[in-house]
Amino acid sequence: MPYNAILEVKDLSLATKHDQKLVNRVSFALGRGETLGLVGESGSGKSLTLRAILGLLPRGVEKAGGIIKSDAVSAMVFQDPRGSLDPLCPVVKQLTEVVRFRQQVSKKAARGIALELLEMLGLPDSIKIADRYPSQLSGGQCQRVVIAIALACKPGILLCDEPTTALDVTVQKQIIEKISALQKELGFAMVFVTHNLAVAAATCSKLCVMKNGEIVEQGDTLDVLQNPQNPYTQMLMDSVLPVPELEGSGRIWN
Amino acid sequence: MKQMRIDPRLNAYGNRTSMIGRIWSTPTLLVGTLMFAVIVLLAVFIPFISPYQPSEQNLSAFLQPPSAEHWLGTDQLGRDLFTRLIYAARTDLKIMVLAEIIPFCTGLFLGMVAGYYGKWIDTVISLLTDTFIAFPFYLIVIIVAFASGAGERGIYITFTLVGWIVFARVTRGLTASFRQQEWVASAQTLGLPGIRIILRHILPNVMPQAIVVLMTDMVGLLVAIVTLGYLGIGIAPPTPDWGTMISDGQSFITTAWWLSAVPGMAVVYTGIALSLVGDGLADLWRKK
Repeated sequence: MPYNAILEVKDLSLATKHDQKLVNRVSFALGRGETLGLVGESGSGKSLTLRAILGLLPRGVEKAGGIIKSDAVSAMVFQDPRGSLDPLCPVVKQLTEVVRFRQQVSKKAARGIALELLEMLGLPDSIKIADRYPSQLSGGQCQRVVIAIALACKPGILLCDEPTTALDVTVQKQIIEKISALQKELGFAMVFVTHNLAVAAATCSKLCVMKNGEIVEQGDTLDVLQNPQNPYTQMLMDSVLPVPELEGSGRIWN
Repeated sequence: MKQMRIDPRLNAYGNRTSMIGRIWSTPTLLVGTLMFAVIVLLAVFIPFISPYQPSEQNLSAFLQPPSAEHWLGTDQLGRDLFTRLIYAARTDLKIMVLAEIIPFCTGLFLGMVAGYYGKWIDTVISLLTDTFIAFPFYLIVIIVAFASGAGERGIYITFTLVGWIVFARVTRGLTASFRQQEWVASAQTLGLPGIRIILRHILPNVMPQAIVVLMTDMVGLLVAIVTLGYLGIGIAPPTPDWGTMISDGQSFITTAWWLSAVPGMAVVYTGIALSLVGDGLADLWRKK
């Protein structure tokens, strides 16, 4: 280990039961409090890699080789906020349940902690008082609840699987700012899967660019984005639609 | 241009907002519940409605057509048909409800376990349900009813053994589909025990569908109870039961057709009521 890594993935390969390679010899390491971005197109194996870290591979996909070493608790934030909450259970109850199980506290104490977490994520009081169901919340509110649930595990590593893809852009910005602020406050490390380079640039200190199940380029975010070595990285960057006013100013990424 | 009227009872998705509003806008549910309530109320209050006892014979007034005194006439032993019909509803509906409890619970539980855990548990439970399905339903019912002895006890044993299958199949499929959804995956990664996820989170989600199936299954069960009674391996006389009433009236079908027709119609009536309730509930939950 080059430095005090909290998570180390080495030569990770994933394949279907019929030996079709999905992820091929992926390696990266993550230090305490660091954020690593996994970027790439759909089907490049980013989400699968993330799920493998959590041991949550879909049926029919198996680990074909490599090691995942981690000595921290990890929790995941999923892409579809509404889909990752039980539709028939009030959100506060779901959060309380996780607090109770993960922190081994009484029901009453768990509710207190749950409400604090919601407060931390800036959710309005109405959610805490009335027992709201996921269908009664907006996508952004649901995602805040999901993040609160993940934080209830006191994670050392927060795994984010495109946490803002299903949200509209303004909410997207708020959620990312919230996650970054919480990271500064609580000091967890993050693996951030996204296909949005702007989001990756804003949140991640290191980047891994994935294509067809392989990492084609990795390094510090600024290095990768300012001086892409791989043509695929260049292509990804070219595919970002520039905001007209900023075009030509050369300051999109800084 | 015609102006669009906005119904204040609808929310942004065009759905009724309040529970009562939603029930009112589901006529099938209302009619079904009403029909079922009528027969249940009659069954409960029959001792106060009818001056006759269900087994009270009056050999001087047998096979009488409907009259003011005997609303539906009398049978070959001079027993009042209306009284017997409603007392039979008591027997049959009671057995119908009681006989569904255990199969409903076991079926739901086994189905959820099979769908949730998959692998060998699923294989075993699916093998069991498929084996039962391969046999004609009534063949199993008649064999088990014979083996366990005729009468009420036999019916309970029979349906405890075979009744769970339909629920297990439905819940297994539903659970397997929930299993693919992220909230179940997320609950697992958060370290909640499997049994807790099943009982606290999957159960409420499969419940609506299970209750709809329960309603249709009750109709089938009622018909089965009546069929067993008709075949003479169900409820034993003199306890009034629609099945035995149909078979008793059979000998008089040319002279007093109503003896068999009326209990038959009672089965149809109850069946329609329960089906409407089932359909209505399905509609209601779909609107949500």
